[in-house]
Amino acid sequence: MASASNTPETPNAQAAGSSAPDGEPLLAVHGLTKLFPVGGGPFRKPSSFIHAVDDVTFRLGHGESLGLVGESGCGKTTVGKLLVKLLEPTGGEILFRFAGDSAGAATEAPWDSAAISGRLLRSCGRRVQMIFQDPYASMNPRRTIYDIISEPLSVQGMGDVQYRVDRVLEILTLVGLTPAGGFLFRHPHELSGGQRQRVAIARALVIRPSFVVADEPTSMLDVSSRTGVMSLMQDLATELGVAYLYVTHDLAVARYMCHRIAVMYSGKVVELAETEELLRNPLHPYTKALLSAVPVPDPGHRRQLPDIRGDLGTPIDPPSRCRFHERCPAATEHCLDHPHPPMEEKTPGHLVACYEV
Amino acid sequence: MTDRSDSLLKVDGLSLSYQTRQGELQAVRDVSFELARGSALGLVGESGCGKTTVANCLMRLLPDNARISAGRVLLDGQDVLLLTEEEMRLRRWRRISMVFQAAMNVLDPVYRVGQQIIEAIETHGVESTDIGARERVARLFRMVGLDPQLMERYPHEFSGGMRQRAVIAMALSCDPDLMIADEPTTALDVIVQDRILRELKAIQQPLGMSIIYISHDIAVVAEVTDVVGVMYAGRLVEMGDTADVFRAPAHPYTAALVSSFPSVSGERRPLTSLPGEPPNLSDLPPGCPFHPRCAYATDVCRTEYPPRAASGSRWAACWHPLDATLVPQS
Repeated sequence: MASASNTPETPNAQAAGSSAPDGEPLLAVHGLTKLFPVGGGPFRKPSSFIHAVDDVTFRLGHGESLGLVGESGCGKTTVGKLLVKLLEPTGGEILFRFAGDSAGAATEAPWDSAAISGRLLRSCGRRVQMIFQDPYASMNPRRTIYDIISEPLSVQGMGDVQYRVDRVLEILTLVGLTPAGGFLFRHPHELSGGQRQRVAIARALVIRPSFVVADEPTSMLDVSSRTGVMSLMQDLATELGVAYLYVTHDLAVARYMCHRIAVMYSGKVVELAETEELLRNPLHPYTKALLSAVPVPDPGHRRQLPDIRGDLGTPIDPPSRCRFHERCPAATEHCLDHPHPPMEEKTPGHLVACYEV
Repeated sequence: MTDRSDSLLKVDGLSLSYQTRQGELQAVRDVSFELARGSALGLVGESGCGKTTVANCLMRLLPDNARISAGRVLLDGQDVLLLTEEEMRLRRWRRISMVFQAAMNVLDPVYRVGQQIIEAIETHGVESTDIGARERVARLFRMVGLDPQLMERYPHEFSGGMRQRAVIAMALSCDPDLMIADEPTTALDVIVQDRILRELKAIQQPLGMSIIYISHDIAVVAEVTDVVGVMYAGRLVEMGDTADVFRAPAHPYTAALVSSFPSVSGERRPLTSLPGEPPNLSDLPPGCPFHPRCAYATDVCRTEYPPRAASGSRWAACWHPLDATLVPQS
């Protein structure tokens, strides 16, 4: 197909390499924890807590794309919301280190997003944005595309009206909604799902953030528009130097979008590795089960049976042993008596939390 | 009536339109296919291509503004479209059942899950006694991997995967000849999806049941069906054995769908995206409706709808099929 040329490129290995331990990463998350109370009331202490995110640690380089995958209820969206401060963490650190902006004003102060508030938060909000899953629910239907995309600019007090119009036109062109002028005063209901998600991307990128949390941005789209949105996000990442935390349940999509993938289970990151390494050589029993459950669009392909029992439960005050213990085909006595295994580096860059690996 | 062989369902030239304020919307155009007893057929396509409308038409669950303008739907030689509402009511669940995409909307929140299935069984007189019906539900629950004790629970106590399995148990409750599954696993996680697809496959063969899978997910359809039909803008554009169609697509639209689908296994081949948007059904381009997005389009594609090019049971509606063994039919 000659005209169908929007091909998502292989994520560039150099971008992934920029997170090398010697260079300062864009984002360092350490021991991030979020507990949701259960059964409390105005005058009553909560009886227990859901451990939605429990001691999560990872780093993200400038321009890197990290996939956070897992089943629904594993806490992946909560991590995303904590990073953009839509939720307050219960514990842990989130440190951003932004490079100086193009004007040369060096703002290389680490930002602990867990502790920050007020005006400083807003100035840092310029660097961090989020793209939501549902392009039908994430936009005010009464506002025009111009209103929607220019809102981050006005919240940040950037430029006058002429400047904002120029920026909106520019970003509309970048996300492939052309002619841009024709979209300015339309409303979301006039656009298709794929076009709306392009507007959502434009809104997130119009202030040139350094970091974007993308929560399942393509899962509500049809196959043909999905590929277009995926390649658009990759092109813009390269062009604008944006780093993504790509939250998804779909390993096949993560394969095309991410340099590295972190697999979450029940509030814990259980495995983290470069994308192809993780897919070819999964170490954690949960990752193996997850991978073997993904259907493959090749009718001749025969998959292994996923060797896993039961369902993902809600982690309400879980025992301190390995979270995956009840469903694990490789569990031993050792797993039963010991606390949740720590993340260990088995091969360079490949971390896994399991005693039996 | 006469040519029964092992054909269970025959859809012949089905056309359907919705009356809307903007005028008439042709949602399904001249769709024909045949389904053998005990086999699984997949219908794939993007949203708005008419695949769910076809399913609703087989179940006769169409909204008031739908009008069937042509065609027949023969179930065991009998035209479903000519039945009275009462005759159809007796056949729903008993002969044809359906698994809907949104399982939470199917189960009534104020009744126990088991009770709802028992009601379906008793209404259709499959079991005459309450104990018999109960045992049947327990058996169905075990079949779909649910603990029979969960019969006494209410829908809100079920997780999404459990609800979907309960709905599948309900669809199987009256031993239907044909089950239509409309995106049965789209809202579910992969591990649960995998389990349900395996269960459906394992159940289908001993019961000799036919299944129509409707999905936009070609990976799922590739795994569970024998025959697949690809729909675009209300028409079937390609049909054949699932393995043949996905391995060597003949219609450029099928080829584009297949190559835009990411896979976790095998080589990491580049994905291609389809240019443009799916067409507006009330204002279709002349000729082949896919021509504005097609890389192979020529003048004839812009003016005339293509005839079928076929080889055996495999066919594609295209002037320039990608598989040269397909011969245009007059």
